[in-house]
Amino acid sequence: MSAVTETRDTVQAATQSGYKWGFETAIEMDIAPKGLNEDTIRLISARKQEPAWLLEWRLKAFAAWRETTEPHWARVTHPPIDYQDIHYYAAPKPKPGPKSLAEVDPELLRTYEKLGIPLKERAILAGVEGAGTEQNVAIDAVFDSVSVATTFRETLAKAGVIFCPISEAVREHPELVRKYLGSVVPAGDNFFAALNSAVFTDGSFVFVPKGVRCPMELSTYFRINARNTGQFERTLIIAEEGTYVSYLEGCTAPQRDENQLHAAVVELVAFDDARIKYSTVQNWYPGNADGKGGIYNFVTKRGACRGARSKISWTQVETGSAITWKYPSCILQGEGSVGEFYSVAVTNNHQQADTGTKMIHIGANTRSTIISKGISAGHSNNTYRGLVRMMPKAAGARNYTQCDSLLIGDQCGAHTVPYIESRNPTARVEHEATTSKIAEDQLFYCRSRGLSQEDAVNLIVNGFCKDVLKELPMEFAVEAQKLLAVSLEGSVG
Amino acid sequence: MLEIRGLHAGINGQEILRGIDLVVPQGEVHAIMGPNGSGKSTLSYILAGREGYEVSAGEILFDGRDVLVMTPEERAVAGLFLAFQYPVELPGVGNANFLRTALNALRRARGETELDAVQFLKRARAALKALMMPDDMLKRNVNVGFSGGEKKRNEVLQMAILRPRFAILDETDSGLDIDALKIVAEGVNALRGPDFSALVITHYQRLLDHIVPDRVHVLAAGRIVRSGGPELARALEESGYAGIAAEAA
Amino acid sequence: MSAALAERGEDFLAEFARRCASLPGALATREAAARRFAAAGLPTRRLEAWRYTDLRALAAVSFAPAAAGADAAALISALPDFAAPRLVLVNGKIAPASSSFPEGDGVGSFARTPDFALRCVPLAALNTMLAEDGAVIRVADGVDAATLALAHLSLAEAGQPIAVHPRHLIRLGAGARLTLIEYATGQGCYWHNMVAEIALGAGAQLTHIRLQTEATAAFHVATIFADIGAAARYDCFTLGLGARLARTEIHARLDGAGGIAHLNAAQLLRGAQHGDITTIVAHDAPGGASRQTVKSVLADRARGVFQGRIEVARAAQKTDGYQMSQALLLSPEAEIDCKPELEIFADDVKCSHGATIGALDPDQLFYLRARGIPEKLARTMLVRAFLDEAIEGIAHAGARAVLDRAIARWWEAEG
Repeated sequence: MSAVTETRDTVQAATQSGYKWGFETAIEMDIAPKGLNEDTIRLISARKQEPAWLLEWRLKAFAAWRETTEPHWARVTHPPIDYQDIHYYAAPKPKPGPKSLAEVDPELLRTYEKLGIPLKERAILAGVEGAGTEQNVAIDAVFDSVSVATTFRETLAKAGVIFCPISEAVREHPELVRKYLGSVVPAGDNFFAALNSAVFTDGSFVFVPKGVRCPMELSTYFRINARNTGQFERTLIIAEEGTYVSYLEGCTAPQRDENQLHAAVVELVAFDDARIKYSTVQNWYPGNADGKGGIYNFVTKRGACRGARSKISWTQVETGSAITWKYPSCILQGEGSVGEFYSVAVTNNHQQADTGTKMIHIGANTRSTIISKGISAGHSNNTYRGLVRMMPKAAGARNYTQCDSLLIGDQCGAHTVPYIESRNPTARVEHEATTSKIAEDQLFYCRSRGLSQEDAVNLIVNGFCKDVLKELPMEFAVEAQKLLAVSLEGSVG
Repeated sequence: MLEIRGLHAGINGQEILRGIDLVVPQGEVHAIMGPNGSGKSTLSYILAGREGYEVSAGEILFDGRDVLVMTPEERAVAGLFLAFQYPVELPGVGNANFLRTALNALRRARGETELDAVQFLKRARAALKALMMPDDMLKRNVNVGFSGGEKKRNEVLQMAILRPRFAILDETDSGLDIDALKIVAEGVNALRGPDFSALVITHYQRLLDHIVPDRVHVLAAGRIVRSGGPELARALEESGYAGIAAEAA
Repeated sequence: MSAALAERGEDFLAEFARRCASLPGALATREAAARRFAAAGLPTRRLEAWRYTDLRALAAVSFAPAAAGADAAALISALPDFAAPRLVLVNGKIAPASSSFPEGDGVGSFARTPDFALRCVPLAALNTMLAEDGAVIRVADGVDAATLALAHLSLAEAGQPIAVHPRHLIRLGAGARLTLIEYATGQGCYWHNMVAEIALGAGAQLTHIRLQTEATAAFHVATIFADIGAAARYDCFTLGLGARLARTEIHARLDGAGGIAHLNAAQLLRGAQHGDITTIVAHDAPGGASRQTVKSVLADRARGVFQGRIEVARAAQKTDGYQMSQALLLSPEAEIDCKPELEIFADDVKCSHGATIGALDPDQLFYLRARGIPEKLARTMLVRAFLDEAIEGIAHAGARAVLDRAIARWWEAEG
């Protein structure tokens, strides 16, 4: 039997035993009734004790949502989503917004511990920096609709950095939220963004004031737990002049037979010389081997490089979700600003991913780099969809795009759909794309050196993804590498 | 015939040449030596008319004509030739077609009759032979897939065919082994005579063993800090640029 | 939905209702096409396949069918020498007097032997609905039919724009060979909406060289369907220079093992010209190979479009697909939109595409000028070199000479 046939058979025989995050936490919840109408929105707004302007903004978004229809241009198929059959608010009882880690429900702490997310500041507090296994990362933990804990807030506050749940930012820093919310992704931007704007419940807020280099990595860990709920988080990161911030997000969900909707919006704003590094390891429950269950991940992420020489860098490792619909983008407005998109998307079994980026070059001498690696296995479909647009004023702008797809097995699909538009003769665009399979001779070479089939595939896949993985912060790169192996393990062997 | 007076120039607002005075009389070969970053290549590009450089003061005269107002092709027609340090690749442009087009552009401008393909090939083959280069050099696209040494030899081939009155050789020796260096030097020496002058820009003395210059100038920090006979090159080889640079500062 | 597009679509349906009884061939097929066209209408930019080409300028023109008896003598005498027998069509109908080879020997008129397939492409449906005539070329098994030229001349009287919908059928039997030179030109304001259906038997080889120099007020849409059999080879090259709006849409299907498709194209556009090259290469059988090199040179306010999709079906293992599209923008107002696409369902394949967009390289330009070559000539040389990669494969000397002259004339006018 050839190596590839063997790989394929293992893929077909695969079960989702690999998904290790599929447990459910038994915890008492405050859940809104199913369905979406103005009352739902008023309820969310009231639970969050929001100011009137935000309720109004939500209601406007809801009106816009009702005017738009679900987009169908992506290469994904799913049964119609009944938006009235979803809970739009679910929060653990009884203490929304604990004041300190000590007040967090121990059941939740145990959940995050089980997920390998340290909601403790022990290492630092005890003054043993770097001694233990704890990482110097500040974490905001979002459990269903609410943020349950945010670590290292005092340390960050000393540096002037605000890192808190967005619901809290609405109360504590209303002027900032009001100024920037919807300034990159307007409330009516698209169907899912409008839905999010109407019903978003929590998410992270980051503000880095002028000249500050954020002293540690910031991270949000999203967990869907409750049944039949949607998760609609909203993240807003503002980097003032001359700042640097690195933000990571991770996510998991229990293993369930029904599909659950996740429609997030992320907005980034970078001013002169600011740099934002945004990394995602997306590991929502992908459904079982027959394509039953899993998260619908319909996400709008966009960054505005408003300032000169600003830089926004998106890195994503997408291994989870039944369906992924996501195009982290950069609006390169500031002269000499830089956008980057590094992506690994792995689909297996019946997963569908339609992901890519948009690089809109508005200002002169703007630059963008797109490196996308798609890996399809099982019966999955994996699409890169990207737009590079050079506007008339983008003199001297540059784009380089490299999209590579790897197919494992002959029941899956790999697709590349780039849109390239240029209206400036001095702008230069270069695009390359390839599709291939894992070469038999590479596999044979590895195996003749003693590697198992599975290890050989992992090795080759990791090599294929290297250009992207090296962009991840170190702690995440290791995790991502393991995740790739697991994704193809429940699959490759 | 070539006079540079009080030349100040730079790029992107940064001054690189800070007052160059240099006269290369007809029939002489001068060498310019200097450490990296001293402005050698900037000088060669400004002589050839590359865009992007700002001349803030001074003048360049070639046979009494103001070079700075001339387009690159007018300079070539006037007889100036730059052998590039990094010759560019021209995919899709055949070497023979390129050389014949260039040669005929020069001939037309001088009121000479243009060469047809046969006449041109005859002349090109002779030049190839003299430089010990294979005939298939003409069939390849200009510099595409050429090794570093082949590119440099191609520059000298162009010079041999176009027969300029003033050649600027910008680090033509870099990347050449000793045999190739000798061939290149012979190509230049073959052109030497009362109607040919050259400015040989180099970092090392070894090229000057084969193309013996009439004068040697040392460029440091954008100025000529010392001039002398061929012996200056040998002195530099022994003592290095450090002492000279210190003098300049 | 543009009201003008809908209205113009209605006009064509009305024309069909008026004329359907007098059109050749099976009425049922035409009626089916009419239903399809009625449902789809003239394509709007909302259709993904027409995202970058807007037909509203076409919809602003009221076209009539061509009247008989147009005097094309001047256009005919200006036809280039293709060094091959030629078949001339005037306003969509074969002009036997101007054609230099006899009917028979597999060459004939579509009006006499109508044979068409229904296609799911809106403008092909329009053509199916209204086609009056065209060339039918059949080459029997094993026959080398050498070279034929097919010239399409359109002639609109001042003030009366016309639309013509010629339908060509080219069938090569097993192992047959043909070089077909297709040439389109005309005068006045017209819409030349042609469809060619090509079928290549096992091991057949068709070289298809196309030169489009339509009148500056004209609209040109060519839709080509090529079914390529086992080990057959379709070599197509299109040079687009004319028309106010032009679209070449090629659907190449490799449905036999080891088929080969080469779809090369170049377009040189200026003024407010719009040129669209759209290709879909469907690899349906194993071991096929496709190659594409598409070059766009855009001056003034010209807008170029390239959409190219390589589809590889599950069965098409060992497919080797490659596509390169490059655009040169010569003016600050020129625009290029490019969408190279891969859609792959087989794992043992090698597919890639590349796209580059930019201006002439200033370093190359300087190098040429430093050797004494005047700027304008230097630009011409670099653009020629840019185009050559797409053109160099054309072995037919007569066709090559015609293309070279057409490009040279374009540059003279450019200066």
